[in-house]
Amino acid sequence: MSQRKVLQGNIIIAKAALAAGCDFFAGYPITPSSEIAQYMSKEMPKMERAFIQMEDEIASLGACIGASLAGKKALTATSGPGFSLMQEHLGMAVMAEVPVVIVNVMRGGPSTGMPTKPSQADMMQARWGTHGDHPIIAVYPAFSDEIFSETVRAFNLSEKYWNPVIILLDEVLAKAHMDVEIPDPGSYEVYWEKTHEISDLNIYDRNIGENPPRIDFFHSYPIHIDSLEHDAHGWPSFDAKTVDKMQRLRMEKIYHNLDDIIKYKEYFLDDAEVLVFSFGISARSALAAVKMAREQGIKAGLFQALTVWPFPRAALQERFKKTKKVLTVELNMGQMKYEIERIAPPDVKKQTLLRANGLPFSPGEVLETIKEFVK
Amino acid sequence: MRDYEKYIRYRTFPTPWCPGCGDGVILKSIAMAFAELKLDPDDIIVIAGIGCSGRMPTYFNTNTLHTTHGRALTFATGIKLAKPEKLVVVVSGDGDATAIGGNHLIHAARRNIGIKMILINNGIYGMTGGQVSPLTPPKFFTETTPYGNIEPHFRIRMLLSAAEASFVARETVNRLMQLKQVIKKSFLHKGFSVVEVMSNCHVNLGRRNKMKSPLVMTEYIKDITCSMADFEKLTPEEQENKYPLGIFVENTQRMEYTDLYYNHIVPVAQQSGAKGEK
Repeated sequence: MSQRKVLQGNIIIAKAALAAGCDFFAGYPITPSSEIAQYMSKEMPKMERAFIQMEDEIASLGACIGASLAGKKALTATSGPGFSLMQEHLGMAVMAEVPVVIVNVMRGGPSTGMPTKPSQADMMQARWGTHGDHPIIAVYPAFSDEIFSETVRAFNLSEKYWNPVIILLDEVLAKAHMDVEIPDPGSYEVYWEKTHEISDLNIYDRNIGENPPRIDFFHSYPIHIDSLEHDAHGWPSFDAKTVDKMQRLRMEKIYHNLDDIIKYKEYFLDDAEVLVFSFGISARSALAAVKMAREQGIKAGLFQALTVWPFPRAALQERFKKTKKVLTVELNMGQMKYEIERIAPPDVKKQTLLRANGLPFSPGEVLETIKEFVK
Repeated sequence: MRDYEKYIRYRTFPTPWCPGCGDGVILKSIAMAFAELKLDPDDIIVIAGIGCSGRMPTYFNTNTLHTTHGRALTFATGIKLAKPEKLVVVVSGDGDATAIGGNHLIHAARRNIGIKMILINNGIYGMTGGQVSPLTPPKFFTETTPYGNIEPHFRIRMLLSAAEASFVARETVNRLMQLKQVIKKSFLHKGFSVVEVMSNCHVNLGRRNKMKSPLVMTEYIKDITCSMADFEKLTPEEQENKYPLGIFVENTQRMEYTDLYYNHIVPVAQQSGAKGEK
């Protein structure tokens, strides 16, 4: 039987990670994510799984990548300043195609910013934070049950596509105690990619669009993994044709599988005149606002992105065929609104509700903006 | 084929190192240590960061990982904790290990995690063209100290001793057999070990300091190094410019990190879990 519990958002993530088979955690203390490390430090030794507190966030992600290459499912958790430090190794995980899950509990920025206040201002950093062209997957739960399911899904996607996956979470939800349903093991998918037996070094040899097989160290045949651009054997190569193929292999494993990766929720959108686009804590206020609007006879609906990267472009464009007004609600000075501007046709009117002062939106504020917009 | 050659991945040759570079000697001595210990290549992983030393793993026929600048120890920590039974070797240059990676170095020493580090000290950033490093001797000319180096250099032996490292040694590329011997000894040590190897970068350090041939530079390394016994006879002023050789620290009393974690923390946690604590 599934269990109903009252748990902090951070603890839901930790429990879900363990349920998804996470057997390695390396982290560094930072508000507002520290409870994840604390919970792991207590529970993981009981399960003979590895926990270590490292000397900084760069080291934390480094250790996770190392452990992942040694066959573990690795997790680290941090917030803005630590996420900035992790960008170097985020790129390493992309380049070497290593599954790893990174939680970023977003807080007010830039710099040390507001450690105890929420913001949604790392959206673009999650996409483009590390240097170079790279694919990335980022999920963003808003409701308590989603925090569990999206964490499990993050591990599955990471294992399946051999790519780092970022879980974004709001400071408010990380700290709040919420009613949550912890599902039974077995009632949700846990993806285990069996390590492939290999007999040669050509570990990256595959066709464009194909998923990479899981390749680990210490698996009968010694292999080489490199942070430099490499050929199918994993060793350094700057040959233009080879590099071109490797760049495409990394990108297309994600872009060929958007249907599997992209997840979103739609509320009251079938006859909507105004589409509210939001995610995370803002989507919760937006959902309440949309319901209030409906009670007042305003045809509003909500598009809640659960996968924020890759951006749910096709699903939104489908909605823009009928709904000609879009309101982007986000707790920052305007980041995902540019994605909406990029994909929405010119005949769709665009409005935003933005703020970055540490206060989440109330449903009333979103409702007022909807009312102004439909006038 | 000599017995150590099965640990060398010839198909990735040639190396990017300049003719006469000490890195080749170090590559060979590590492979020889593997061979003497009769290790299965799949039970070994060699990890490196960035620089000339960073390219070394590619040439070992073991599991190999080339990582980011200065961070090889962090990846090694994850791998060792995931697979404590494997031999985890880190090769790092002086810039990689003591500048950008200095924090990871002291913390790996403090933890005493069973990683075997070979710290190649050629006193310069070679791959980027010869800039000053934290181990460049005072007054030396480099691309970024055109008027001479005004910074003091780290004394690895003392830095690591202060960080409670349990195995610290120094050798030179001039003495292959002694080098192989001390590397082998470090592989058999239980905790974190560092073997500092004095090496020659005649191209990017020597050339700017009147030592442009490998022979002149290895002769210079011979001049500045001495045995610990000879070192202790010197006055403090004379000691300033000398590098003693040998094993400085070998502490077998300190428990290794993964041993502590799996054999002490795990049973304690499991016992408290059995008591029903949550």
